[in-house]
Amino acid sequence: MLNEIEVDVAVIGGGPAGLAAAISAKENGAEKVLLIERGSRLGGILNQCIHDGFGLVLFNKSLTGPEYAEIFIEKLLKLKIDYMLNSMVLELTPSKKLYVANRNGYHLVKAKAVVLAMGCRERTRGAIKIAGSRPSGVYTAGLAQNFINLQNLMIGRTAVILGSGDVGLIMARRLTLEGVKIQAVVEIMPFPYGLRRNVVQCLEDYNIPLHLSHTVTEILGRSRVEAVKIAKVDENLKPIPGTEKIIQCDTVLLSVGLIPENELSRQAGVEIDPKTQGPVVNSMLQTSIKGIFACGNVLHVNDLVDYVTVEAQKAGMWAAKYALNELPEPDRKEIEITLGENVRTVVPQKIVPGLDTSLFFRVYKPGKNKTLNIIVDGKNIIQKKCPSITPSEMLKADLKGEYTLNAEKIHVEVCE
Amino acid sequence: MTELFNIAVIGAGVVGCAIARELSRYNLKTVVLEKGSDVCSGASKANSGVVHAGFNNAVGSLKAKFCVQGNEIFEHLCSELGVPYKRTGKLVIAQSEGDVKELENLFEAGLKNGVKGLSIVDRKTVKMMEPGVEGVAALYSPNSAITSPYLLTIAYAENAAMNGVKFKFNSEVTGIERKKSYFKIYHDGDYTQAELVVNAAGCYADKIASMIGYTEYKIYPCRGEYVLVDKRWSHLITRMIYHVPPKDKSVLGVHITPTVEGPILLGPTADFIEDRDDTSTTMPGINQIIEEARKILPSLPSHDSITAFSGIRAKNKSKEEGGLGDYIIENRRDSYFINLIGIESPGLTASTPLAKHVVEMISELIKLNLKEDFNPIRPAPIRLAELSHEQRAELIKKEPLYGEIVCRCEHVSKKEVLDAYNNILGVKTLSGLKYRARVMMGRCQGGFCTAKIISILQNDLKTPYNGILLKNPGSYLFTGKVREEDEKDVK
Ligand SMILES: Cc1cc2nc3c(=O)[nH]c(=O)nc-3n(C[C@H](O)[C@H](O)[C@H](O)COP(=O)(O)OP(=O)(O)OC[C@H]3O[C@@H](n4cnc5c(N)ncnc54)[C@H](O)[C@@H]3O)c2cc1C
Ligand SMILES: Cc1cc2nc3c(=O)[nH]c(=O)nc-3n(C[C@H](O)[C@H](O)[C@H](O)COP(=O)(O)OP(=O)(O)OC[C@H]3O[C@@H](n4cnc5c(N)ncnc54)[C@H](O)[C@@H]3O)c2cc1C
Repeated sequence: MLNEIEVDVAVIGGGPAGLAAAISAKENGAEKVLLIERGSRLGGILNQCIHDGFGLVLFNKSLTGPEYAEIFIEKLLKLKIDYMLNSMVLELTPSKKLYVANRNGYHLVKAKAVVLAMGCRERTRGAIKIAGSRPSGVYTAGLAQNFINLQNLMIGRTAVILGSGDVGLIMARRLTLEGVKIQAVVEIMPFPYGLRRNVVQCLEDYNIPLHLSHTVTEILGRSRVEAVKIAKVDENLKPIPGTEKIIQCDTVLLSVGLIPENELSRQAGVEIDPKTQGPVVNSMLQTSIKGIFACGNVLHVNDLVDYVTVEAQKAGMWAAKYALNELPEPDRKEIEITLGENVRTVVPQKIVPGLDTSLFFRVYKPGKNKTLNIIVDGKNIIQKKCPSITPSEMLKADLKGEYTLNAEKIHVEVCE
Repeated sequence: MTELFNIAVIGAGVVGCAIARELSRYNLKTVVLEKGSDVCSGASKANSGVVHAGFNNAVGSLKAKFCVQGNEIFEHLCSELGVPYKRTGKLVIAQSEGDVKELENLFEAGLKNGVKGLSIVDRKTVKMMEPGVEGVAALYSPNSAITSPYLLTIAYAENAAMNGVKFKFNSEVTGIERKKSYFKIYHDGDYTQAELVVNAAGCYADKIASMIGYTEYKIYPCRGEYVLVDKRWSHLITRMIYHVPPKDKSVLGVHITPTVEGPILLGPTADFIEDRDDTSTTMPGINQIIEEARKILPSLPSHDSITAFSGIRAKNKSKEEGGLGDYIIENRRDSYFINLIGIESPGLTASTPLAKHVVEMISELIKLNLKEDFNPIRPAPIRLAELSHEQRAELIKKEPLYGEIVCRCEHVSKKEVLDAYNNILGVKTLSGLKYRARVMMGRCQGGFCTAKIISILQNDLKTPYNGILLKNPGSYLFTGKVREEDEKDVK
């Protein structure tokens, strides 16, 4: 027999997004809020991020991941919000039924509204097709971080890191501090992918070589990794024959990108944006299925947790309103945003006319002294100077509802 | 006095394990010696998993005979052994009028080999059967099927072990001495004694044979690389899709195969190589596979692969000779030493008929008595992911560990991991858990569950960090602790 539970708002995922959404749903009037987390504690990926740099925007303090999470966990407890740990949502239906497994049984949660906050997963060796043998010693960076920071296990002695995103950079420093020799960080793009502050603090301060426009083409070693082959790449990111070099190492760390974890969303029939790989949402962070909302890394991969929190607070609020039948029915169709020069993604993808909306963008190419333009019905209503842009940093702009009330078209671009 | 076995099988691939299982029907003391840390360390884990029908093999060959026999019994075999099996059928696609002639040749060979149900279908029928596939005609084989090659090998071995066969892993045979009435087989500083030896060492069968003087055999390793595509695309095909075999005919060429677990398998390539252990993948190989697969199924994405791997064919004919030989199964010079040489495709399909053939050879030498309590059934392990909601609820109520999910991609529970760990063969590696319980095999390739499994190994199963191996000795995961435990306790 399935154990049936009825709730107003069910939140899937107990990371910073899920925590903030659950708290906000409760504060906005939803009575029965249930947060479901498959891990053994709340906090999500923050639990293994023991470096600082969290909370700079919201709290004006540089906290560690667990410290940041703690603020919200305490609030959740104070508000007496129900949560389940070690509980995995295995299925989500379009009618907002959740099937959840844990040691106490198999549960059917019937929710009036659902907030998706499942976070993301790491891209793997298979996904980027690195040739070679298949020895032990190849780890994704997040997995390595879990072993080192949560399980007290050392993963190797000499390492090559593929990918210079923030996760890769932070792991380069972390491993160096633990006595691992980082032979190189290898980046396929002609520019470092992570935040400038992380390039300086994690590589330059420790003299770790960064090979731009390079990639790992082969892994060598029968039992354990013995070396990697790296090569220079051309403009199409294809390895250039004859430029191969062999670097000895016993460990390869892959930090080659995060992918929003939308298996459940897809199963429920939620429309997915092929570029962000997260749901298509509107200004209320509502997905293509009414009553299902999304926030955090499951929606789009964020670089700052503070933005995740703010976004999740909104998702939680709108979910509560939906559950209470208070969601305003806009009298006009949503306005789709079209992407112009050097804009790769935008979230939300659709604007509810008249609603204040925070927009997040990512660009294709880095650049200096650019301007972000938001053009509504041919009128350039927001011009935001961007002294420095890179694909790894999200751009943010607030679009006031008054501009979209009667608008037909919204276009964004990043230009000279 | 060291134990004397009646029979020692060298090599725990699908062939060695099938032989072991057939032998376990009789009152015999049988041992299997395997150099890897688990069964299925060679070709048997890295192949297409196809239960062939038998139209690709030369008329009158052993390959054809055992393949057709194998195909006939496969469904029953899988039901006895609790192994997934799916009769999907297969289309060999002609992409030009010139190819159509080839289809007719295959059709003729199939008829002569006794393959049932073959037909040649036109472009319209191809489109109807497989809307995504481009072709002018096809040979349709309804009896072609798919299985899981590693689960079958594991199941053969487990069933053999249930019935008394002993398995010795990490035991690379390095020398064999002929004594008066038995063989002394050396491996890793130890030895095993047996009256009769079956050489099922796959790519190394020639080396093993030469240890007692059969120097005429030579194996020519030929590597086949594969790419596995995310199961999100499994709707693109419902049957196996093959090109007509390439001109040299020593291999079947790159094909597109549904797998019993969901993902689509692309491959294999064919490269004669020097080093018979070199299962590396290569960039040209991976690119070739994707390109050739997309010729026939243009809607296949090129970016959504989850892993790549390769397997090595144990060919007994060189590239120069065309690479196409028949199975050699013989004991000419020393009747108590049976050699299986060149057991390449369709070795998986043919494994049980091959094994029965070997047992027949043995019965002419050693009196075989059927065991009364032989049990052919090896129950399929429970898989939470395959159950209905009601069944899951009931199962978790009975055994709460089924409610603790370890693998997020394939929905594998902790109980399933523990069951895999407690396998009768005693295999305790990560790769052993992976092949048995399907953890670390989904689209995140262990990015999530590896951490959980390591914690289960350490905390529940008390495995020290330096005892955690991916597969063979030397494939360690951890080099030490980050901090000494007692330091951690300082307040
Ligand atoms: C190495 C690293 C360094 C970082 N450094 C910084 C930094 O310095 N400053 C900063 O501001 N940000 C940093 N970030 C980014 C920040 O941590 C993330 O943006 C934020 O944690 C995302 O929150 P989330 O809740 O969306 O996802 P997560 O934290 O991943 O939480 C998702 C949760 O959902 C659970 N879940 C998923 N599916 C299910 C299911 N089916 N059933 C039940 N539960 C489920 C997961 O177990 C997980 O706990 C860093 C991130 C990483 C990885
Ligand atoms: C690319 C490819 C695709 C294929 N596709 C199919 C298919 O779709 N359908 C089909 O029916 N067949 C297929 N085959 C064929 C099939 O996989 C093989 O015929 C079969 O796996 C051979 O099994 P085996 O037990 O003889 O060899 P293996 O599985 O290679 O086993 C030999 C074992 O011997 C061990 N060994 C070697 N030397 C020693 C030693 N000195 N001491 C101890 N142990 C030793 C090895 O470690 C290994 O485990 C394919 C093969 C390949 C390579």
